[in-house]
Amino acid sequence: MKQLLNRIKDKIEIEFLKQRDDLYFINVEEKHIIFLLSYLKEQEEFTHLSFLQAVDYNEYNMFQLTYMLYNYETKVNLGIKVIIDREKSEMTSIHKLWPHAWQFQRELHELYGINFPGSPRVNESFVLEGWEEIPPMRRDFDTKKYSEKTFYQRPGRYTKNPKDYMKEKLYKNFVEPPKIRRKDDE
Amino acid sequence: MDIMIKIFYAIISIIVATVYGLTLGGIVRKIYARAHGRFGPPVWQPFLDIIKTHGKRVSISHGIMFYLGPVFRFAGGLGTYLFIPVIFGSAIFSNFSIAGDLLLVMYFIFFGQLGMALGAGEGGHPYSPIGIARGLSQMTSFEVPFALSVIAIAIQYNTLNITTIVAAQQGGITNWTLFTNPLAVIAAMISLLGMNMHSPFSIVLAPQEIPIGPPIEMNSSFLATLQTNRGLFAAAKLVLFMNLYFGGATNLLIMVIKTFLIYMFSVFVGAAFPRFRPEQSMRFFLKWPTIIGIVAIIFIAYF
Amino acid sequence: MDKKNIKEIEKEMKLANKGLSEKEKTLFSDARPKTVRPLNKYLEKFLNWARAESLWILGFGTGCGAIELRPLMTARYDMFRYGIAPRPTPRQSCVFVIGGYASMKTIKRIVRSYEQMQGPKFVIALGSCTINGGMYYDSYNTINRIDHYIPVDIYIAGCMPRPESLIAGFDKLKEKIKANECDGMNKYVENFDWYKKNQKRVIKDWNMPDYNW
Repeated sequence: MKQLLNRIKDKIEIEFLKQRDDLYFINVEEKHIIFLLSYLKEQEEFTHLSFLQAVDYNEYNMFQLTYMLYNYETKVNLGIKVIIDREKSEMTSIHKLWPHAWQFQRELHELYGINFPGSPRVNESFVLEGWEEIPPMRRDFDTKKYSEKTFYQRPGRYTKNPKDYMKEKLYKNFVEPPKIRRKDDE
Repeated sequence: MDIMIKIFYAIISIIVATVYGLTLGGIVRKIYARAHGRFGPPVWQPFLDIIKTHGKRVSISHGIMFYLGPVFRFAGGLGTYLFIPVIFGSAIFSNFSIAGDLLLVMYFIFFGQLGMALGAGEGGHPYSPIGIARGLSQMTSFEVPFALSVIAIAIQYNTLNITTIVAAQQGGITNWTLFTNPLAVIAAMISLLGMNMHSPFSIVLAPQEIPIGPPIEMNSSFLATLQTNRGLFAAAKLVLFMNLYFGGATNLLIMVIKTFLIYMFSVFVGAAFPRFRPEQSMRFFLKWPTIIGIVAIIFIAYF
Repeated sequence: MDKKNIKEIEKEMKLANKGLSEKEKTLFSDARPKTVRPLNKYLEKFLNWARAESLWILGFGTGCGAIELRPLMTARYDMFRYGIAPRPTPRQSCVFVIGGYASMKTIKRIVRSYEQMQGPKFVIALGSCTINGGMYYDSYNTINRIDHYIPVDIYIAGCMPRPESLIAGFDKLKEKIKANECDGMNKYVENFDWYKKNQKRVIKDWNMPDYNW
């Protein structure tokens, strides 16, 4: 794995993070993504695209996309993280590298509003048929307000603190365990 | 006056056969359930289902042929049954057995499926033509060994009258066609598997892949008619096979025992084997049972 | 004058089918569903008994509760002994089991399947999600109260209810049918416009006829 990273580092700038023995992450700039993905697919045997997902960093005005690749030979997962601009929210389509990526891109287009120009059927609705609001997985979308506006609430709903409720109902004679001093308490 | 009594007897016979066929279905469901380690539905469950489907308040029709489909299917079952003498020597259960009734019965076995094909086609659901195509192709292929077997029997007994065939088999177990012409019986029993649409050849109905196939759009009373016919037709087929190959029956008890055992044959085969694809089942029917049937004819005609 | 009135009334009685294109309008029926009353009191009692003892469920996995229906068929729970059997098509089945949450996409299919079933038809809704949204009460995609879209006879609470409670729910449904309390079909027809209004509020791209005959 180290050799692979060095080989990539020779070519482009990356940041690298080891999560587990079989799970690594690479942070890369947006302009290098197609080169890196095709290099990993064609040269380094990362032939399988497990998923493509997005995270909305509302505060920093950016989306983070993660391309998760898998190598069947060495059984290693490799996540490639890219940061894109939230205002523009456009990304190069990779459906020519992995044909099934069109489905992930269609989903992201619907739920996050990230556009992938050229991706087949990207404008078709995926789970939200006839959606009229802003894409629901963006963090500035208030889902509770929308739910109250659209659906009919059944009255009589209240919430309890599960910890207190369980204590009251099930463990009435519950004795607080003696506090164990840990290193981080000090 | 004579014909009135005959019709009265025929009605009794039809009711008995339908009830018997439906009960047989219930018993088989129970046996399957016991084999799985379950209690299973009650034996009278098919009757409840029929009452319920008749009791629906609304029913959707798709046109005239949609009405006629189940009617044709029921007519096929009725026609098959009415020309078979159920119990040898009995006035009530002799039905309308005539000189060439064996040919007529074979025609009626095919007739119901054709009518059903017309009716289900009008339903307009894409799965029903698939079911019909499978059903008709499978039916054409299992008719070949069955027809060969019937020809062998016709040569053997020199007649096409079922009553005469039964009469020739009386007087001891060795007189049955099962022992006098075993090859024809083997060919016919294999085609019975296809006729009953139990497991190796159940691709026509296939509730998982093509939701129940031809009767997919049938609802309410249409479905109830088909269910009634399933009971009657099952009884008719079993009685026909009993008459042709297993010596017929002289009273109701023997009839019940024999037909039950014949039915169990196809149930056991169905429980043991997975399902064939349509082209596999067609190839199977047109290969081994057909060869056995031809050999049976040659054997009976020249030796 | 009278004739014109009758025509206008007839026109009002027809469904508008606004979601369909002009070409499609000729292909679908625009008739309004009608209330059907039972013929005879005593016959109805007998038929209700038969209906209660032979429940054919529509195998339609709309949510996570569909996984709870499978154990019912196995040897451990064995729903067949109660006369409950799965049926592959909505035309032939009479109990619609809504398995858990209904999303905006599945509510459309639920309405279609429900309307295609032949009455008398019964609806069992599984899980908290169908009752008040459950843990997804604030989600943008989960329908909160299913009884505003189709009439429901029995709710089975739980997240998810175990197969035992499903069987208990079926038992309760049987009691209700025998007592002639399950008239969801006529209820749907009588409050047709209210149900349609609620459905259209959620299903934004309505591209099917107003009533799926």
